[in-house]
Amino acid sequence: MPLLQDKDKEAVETRFQEELVNPVRLVNFTQALECQFCAETRQLVEEVAALSDRIELEVYNFAIDKEKVEEYGVDKIPAIAIIGEKDYGVRYYGIPSGYEFNSLIENIIDVSRREVELLPATREALAGITEPLHFQVFVTPT
Amino acid sequence: MRLAHKLAIESDHVRADAVEAIEFPQLAIKYNVRGVPRIVINETIQIEGAMPEPMLLAQLQEALKPDEDES
Repeated sequence: MPLLQDKDKEAVETRFQEELVNPVRLVNFTQALECQFCAETRQLVEEVAALSDRIELEVYNFAIDKEKVEEYGVDKIPAIAIIGEKDYGVRYYGIPSGYEFNSLIENIIDVSRREVELLPATREALAGITEPLHFQVFVTPT
Repeated sequence: MRLAHKLAIESDHVRADAVEAIEFPQLAIKYNVRGVPRIVINETIQIEGAMPEPMLLAQLQEALKPDEDES
């Protein structure tokens, strides 16, 4: 049974058609056992990737594909990395459902467009950052 | 949450993870997550709640100021 409802699929497909510019890769890390939401997360990214030919899906086994795990710096599963012309450091750990699903779609579009909307003051402050910053934002399904 | 990911897309020095708290309870305990969203920056800086961009920026700048560790 699909996770996405037809009307949501249509809405996302239309947005992708209108707003995706450059190719995007969704990189999903999963495993078959001992991962409660891995199967659903994989299904979700498969359904999303199928909505645009600008989106390519790569699926890796967290336990086996050690090189990729290291390359993408993934330390838990299910994981999704959104990769564009480069790795922007955008990750999801756990299934992006509810509000986070919308956020996933928005991030795919921003990565594809290679730009985000931010206030000038934020952009200026970011330009001054020279040390690595790692944000972990805890969310729940809503 | 979107804002942290936007910062990551904008800056090469920023990376951002959305972490589903219920799926990773050990992390929720580690970072004392009682409500969401809770933002943890570089393991040490913790910010509660969703907030408008200027407020997050102000909190971030405050938290990143040097010599603020002893307060």
